[in-house]
Amino acid sequence: MSFDPKSASYLDSIEVVEVQRGPKPGGVGGAYRAFGETLRGLKTTMARLIEGPMTIEYPEEKTPVYPRFRGRHKLHKFEDTGLEKCVGCSLCAAACPADCIRVVAAENIPGDRVSAGERYAAVYEINLSRCIFCGYCEIACPFDAITMGHDYEMADYDRRDLIFTKEMLLAEPVERTPLKSEGE
Amino acid sequence: MLSIADTQLAEATWIMVVKSIVIFAVIFGVLPLLTVLERKLIGRFQHRYGPNRVGPYGLLQPLADVGKLVSKESFRPENATKTLFILGPLLPVLAGVLSLAIIPWGDVQDGVGLYGIDVPIGILYFFAVGSIAFYGLLLGGWSSGSKYSLLGAMRSAAQLISYEVSMGLALLGVVMMSGSLSLVSIVHSQGEIWFILPQFVGFLIFMLAGFAETNRTPFDMPEADAELVQGFMTEYGGMRFGSFLLVEYMEILVVSGIAAAMFLGGWMGPGPSFLDPIWMLAKMLGLVLLFIWVRATLPRLRYDQLMSLGWKVLLPLATLNVLVTAILVVVT
Repeated sequence: MSFDPKSASYLDSIEVVEVQRGPKPGGVGGAYRAFGETLRGLKTTMARLIEGPMTIEYPEEKTPVYPRFRGRHKLHKFEDTGLEKCVGCSLCAAACPADCIRVVAAENIPGDRVSAGERYAAVYEINLSRCIFCGYCEIACPFDAITMGHDYEMADYDRRDLIFTKEMLLAEPVERTPLKSEGE
Repeated sequence: MLSIADTQLAEATWIMVVKSIVIFAVIFGVLPLLTVLERKLIGRFQHRYGPNRVGPYGLLQPLADVGKLVSKESFRPENATKTLFILGPLLPVLAGVLSLAIIPWGDVQDGVGLYGIDVPIGILYFFAVGSIAFYGLLLGGWSSGSKYSLLGAMRSAAQLISYEVSMGLALLGVVMMSGSLSLVSIVHSQGEIWFILPQFVGFLIFMLAGFAETNRTPFDMPEADAELVQGFMTEYGGMRFGSFLLVEYMEILVVSGIAAAMFLGGWMGPGPSFLDPIWMLAKMLGLVLLFIWVRATLPRLRYDQLMSLGWKVLLPLATLNVLVTAILVVVT
């Protein structure tokens, strides 16, 4: 069968799509349309003016974060006994892809217990200048001793100040970050 | 003594001096506020606040801006032509201040005309003085010794010449209807009906050409900050640059003032006669808001579009408008 673009069977077989083109620019009609479009543009910008600014003036106002927002870490204590949850197992350090957690464990002395387990973290440091806030430490922790908090204002003038020690991570953070309400 | 202009009202010299000072002071008080107004409004048009840090509601922003500009080094490129480079920003300021003189703020009250000067050739004076401002742009752009400045200057020269023609023709309709070139008598002849209604086409053409004359978007080709790095003012810095910007706002005020006087009934409005300058100012402000609104809306035209709009649409339309007006004026 020879290919004939004018044959009836060929024309029936293809689906003709009509391309919608706008009117040609220029001329009186073009000028009229341009004027109309200008008015439409003016209407659009005026609507934006009426809607009012969307700006959140950051240092004074803050965007609320979601409950699962991964901000600066927190270490936790048992609320009843006051003992640290961290047992110095170093699983968080092992899970950390950025290698920013350093844990040095020590044996608990009976009578002067620091943590609930056999051992405790004598040194617990997170280098926040390396942390990528992935939250793997939180997942790796078998005792929920470390969680990601909501703070994100951690800028500092010195890199050394970004190494957070155990005391800093245990301390109740200054609640500076608003949380989104339910359903927001 | 050689009289500079044949004014229609003889006034004491000291009154004229006081009037000049008052007009100068009021306009130069309004100009900085205009910059804040523009920036704040543009911000609002884009869902932003605009400047709101310096002073209450950001009102002291122009003070900070001027302070910064004044404290900058008055830099001049090595291959710039010194005298012309300095003259560049001065001429437009001079022209702007001169054209402020003819804007009528009110009628003659207690023997004092509430305008700088009522020249019988008012509109002609406006065009003559306004053209001096272009020399400033041209000289500034040419003497900078930079290709961007030269390009910007060339562009502005072509643009301003093209649009000056339509602008003049657009005003001609009003002049024919009122039978006078003096702005004061033009305002007087609008007692029954503002010229914006019978001369609506003229008003549109005048405003379009006005946008082009003041280098405002969508006709800000000479400046074109995105492509020409501010065009003719590329090499300017400090207060010389600032005075170019100042002139832009002054020209907006002047064009608004001329448009308000010629099309919107000038100082006419309800209320006692001492409110006249307020009405005039309000009408001018309305037109200034239109300028800002358009700037927030329209993108810059391409250069050939600008030229074809000027020569192929506005000029024939303005000519036709003049022709029709002339016939109607003769017939009625």
